[in-house]
Amino acid sequence: MADVYLNGKFVGSVDEPLVLMASLKDRRRAGTLDVNVNFFYDDSADAVYVECMRGRLRRPLIVVKDGVPLLTDEHLRKLSRNELSWSDLVRQGIIEYLDAAEEEGVFVAFFPEDLTREHTHLEVAPITMFGLTTSLVPFTNYNSAQKVNTGSKNQKQALGFYAANYPVRMDMDVNLLHYPQVPVVKSLMHDIVEYEKHPSGQNVVIAVMSYKGYNIEDAIVINRGSIERGLGRGSYYRPMVAEELRYSGGLVDEISIPDKDVKGYRSEVDYRFLEDDGIITPESRIGEGDVVIGKTSPPRFLSGMEQYSLSSETRRESSVAMQHGEEGVVDTVIITENSEGNKLIQVNLRDHRTPEVGDKFTSRHGQKGVVGLIVPHADMPFTASGIVPDILFSPHGIPTRMTMAHLIELVAGKVGALSGRYIDGSVFESEPEAALRSELLTLGFRDNGLETMFNGETGEQFQVRIYVGNMYYLRLKHMVANKIHSRARGPIQLLTRQPTEGRAKEGGLRLGEMEKDTFVAHGASMLLKERFDSDRTTVPVCSSCGLIAIYDEYKKRAYCSVCTDSETSLVEISYAFKLILDEFKSLCIYPQLKLVNRY
Amino acid sequence: MADALKEYEALLPSGLVSRMVEELGDKASDSKVKSVFKRLVDEYERMKVHAGESVGIVAAESIGEPGTQMTLNTFHFAGVAEMNITMGLPRIIEVLDGRKTLATPMMDIYLKRPYSQGQDIKKIALSVKETRLKDVAAEISLNLADARIDVAVDDARLSELGMTKQGLVSVLKKEAKGLSVELRKELLCFKAKNKEENVNEVFKLKEKLKEVVIKGIKGVYQVLPVKRGSEFVIITAGTNLKKVLSLPFVDDTRTVSNDIFEIEAVLGIEAARQAVINEVFKVIENQGLNVDIRHLMLVADTMSAAGRIQGITRYGVVKNKASVLAKASFETPIKYFIEASLYGEVDKLTSVVENVMLNQPVPVGTGMLKLVAKHDEGK
Repeated sequence: MADVYLNGKFVGSVDEPLVLMASLKDRRRAGTLDVNVNFFYDDSADAVYVECMRGRLRRPLIVVKDGVPLLTDEHLRKLSRNELSWSDLVRQGIIEYLDAAEEEGVFVAFFPEDLTREHTHLEVAPITMFGLTTSLVPFTNYNSAQKVNTGSKNQKQALGFYAANYPVRMDMDVNLLHYPQVPVVKSLMHDIVEYEKHPSGQNVVIAVMSYKGYNIEDAIVINRGSIERGLGRGSYYRPMVAEELRYSGGLVDEISIPDKDVKGYRSEVDYRFLEDDGIITPESRIGEGDVVIGKTSPPRFLSGMEQYSLSSETRRESSVAMQHGEEGVVDTVIITENSEGNKLIQVNLRDHRTPEVGDKFTSRHGQKGVVGLIVPHADMPFTASGIVPDILFSPHGIPTRMTMAHLIELVAGKVGALSGRYIDGSVFESEPEAALRSELLTLGFRDNGLETMFNGETGEQFQVRIYVGNMYYLRLKHMVANKIHSRARGPIQLLTRQPTEGRAKEGGLRLGEMEKDTFVAHGASMLLKERFDSDRTTVPVCSSCGLIAIYDEYKKRAYCSVCTDSETSLVEISYAFKLILDEFKSLCIYPQLKLVNRY
Repeated sequence: MADALKEYEALLPSGLVSRMVEELGDKASDSKVKSVFKRLVDEYERMKVHAGESVGIVAAESIGEPGTQMTLNTFHFAGVAEMNITMGLPRIIEVLDGRKTLATPMMDIYLKRPYSQGQDIKKIALSVKETRLKDVAAEISLNLADARIDVAVDDARLSELGMTKQGLVSVLKKEAKGLSVELRKELLCFKAKNKEENVNEVFKLKEKLKEVVIKGIKGVYQVLPVKRGSEFVIITAGTNLKKVLSLPFVDDTRTVSNDIFEIEAVLGIEAARQAVINEVFKVIENQGLNVDIRHLMLVADTMSAAGRIQGITRYGVVKNKASVLAKASFETPIKYFIEASLYGEVDKLTSVVENVMLNQPVPVGTGMLKLVAKHDEGK
């Protein structure tokens, strides 16, 4: 007696579970049971599970009977003539979708050649085992699993052509690649997803060699000539939004050039790009602090007579302006209204981004690296046939990571570029490496991809041959321009008087607890004190009650508000400590400072 | 030679002097002895830690940094179930936290000759391992009518342990408290002495009876004889140092437990201090890392300074800190602030953390000393 569960709920039991399974299977394939139903017999629990709920991950397989796949050449002919569709095959029970549970009870052959009588199913194509982005990695089966994973993750961060209607979209943090190319080395998935309509990389000539140590630690060296010809060139878009909000009491925001007597007025130059309607002119080149949309808001708290005299004096400035370190060109200006009927201004900002030192690039195999040096075209090494590589990739990243596909793609790309055709790099079904190499030989190159190269600066021939070929390279969205940050002095927090945190707020770079420990370990006591001087204050302390006294700036005199007539002495402490003393006092704890002369 | 040594003897530890004398031999000339010892004193002085060196933080960093590279948290013995040893970072944390209950308590039992050469090693090992009644029982049944517990004994298991039924009965008479034992035919019959007829009570007694130790040492639930170098050692899971040390075949000079508190109770605080050093060093060595043992000594000294082992936690050594602010900066600040305000504690600001908080020079290294110069007003 086997229990039967429908969607996890007990519905009854059967004597012959395998007979039930067989009949369910037959009925699903005959079309009397819906194709979305999956079932599976767990012999350890002696239970049949039938599932027809949504949310199960399923994948298609070709049904095999007696070692022969049900999908025949006739079906394929009809498919190519458009007389038959995929859903027809599913409906006819030739292709089945299995969920994770049902997959446990089947025996799947990888290729038709492997089929035996025991097999119940055949893979449609090996690529169906992988996800979308993973399938975009060429020669996947030659890579270590971990690098396939990172390789597919990296592709999601690549600059590309994400949507054809990008000029009218107001997406946040958009990156576009100016001259995207279709990869020479493709996989089946590139065709399925129509990758040629939205490519996200470029085919480059790559030489596996070091260059004066500028490509150590995964860095790459880029040819300046290639950048000038458009390699990795892109645009960065960022929208800025302002809305005319309505407040209680009939008060509204106003989008216009603010009056000079408005509270918080910037300076006249900051408003110089605004037109009469308070909105910036398209195509104006703006930088830090420039106002994009001029706006004033009513005062936050209405009091007394102000309510009736809403002159510009009481209004406050609330313009949208460029943040610290930002620059760019105004791209699109859209004036519209939002769902509540308020006036809404959206300004899209564009910034041209050419590759610079520190920008991130990657191949499709998780071999990511940062630009270490941009070399003039003339100084780049060149091959005997006069080819100058676009990128110099360090060989030290290969052995530990075992990205063999990276090396194979290089040769495959070279063959593709020389013979003028696309190379198939689909998982388990790619063009064999041996065939690619012999083709490379017929094209007049060494079959191992090595070439004699010359030093671009001296013209001398290198003592070794260099591995040169073509690869598909991606520029990733992590760019120095968005991340560079340093500070010597700048804004502080109101409460603690310590530097603000984060690049957007021009914050300080924190010397943390463990970093502090290293100063102590070195006995660098004075240096440590100096490093933590950012919130240093000098306060008068009452010598009789031990509380922090008050300094009267008019009388130039310190006095204790408790003892009034006592001595005070100036003490240098961190403001954070003064703050915690105040917090103690608010908790009715009396923190008394007993002063002793230090010397 | 003795004359030449005189001026250096006071400057060096006696052990070092005698070792060097041994090394030099009798034939060394006075001038050579002098030059060697002069050099030795220089080297010895050079190796000393300077005043104001932040030994604590250096020790913390020296142990903490390799800790980030540690892998493999347990170590297993092939073929023996329930024999795995906590190693790596979890073990270090366990020792330094001063945990009372260990994840894997264990002992290394060294043996006296000839047993250390492998004689009767299996028998000895088995005699140490605790055996409970349930391990030799083929069947335990409740005779509810007579409120009696009947135990059928597995004879094969019993003879494997080298015991007879009579012997078992006499052991049980001692160990099974509150029960009377009787051998009836093949069955061991137990009855409660104080006439409890209640079924529940009998059932509870049965459960207790199962766990009665009939042979071996209580707490040692697994044994494994292994060859270490040229001798046999018994590794155990579970500890009972006191009982094991009293066994006649055990080499009580080398047998150790990995339970620091057990060592403290049996052998005293100095042994416990050494155990802390050994246990932590064992892990570090096992991981192939290199940490100077003096860092561990400092930690062990701190942990045993109170005369009992204290962990480096807010309940242990941190509690003993003089400074309120330093204690509060570790864990549970509110607790320490409330305590300080209730008792009116005074913080003398003599240590590092407090001074960092106040932005004062920390009293280590260059901040240790203060130099006051008299300023001459241009006279």
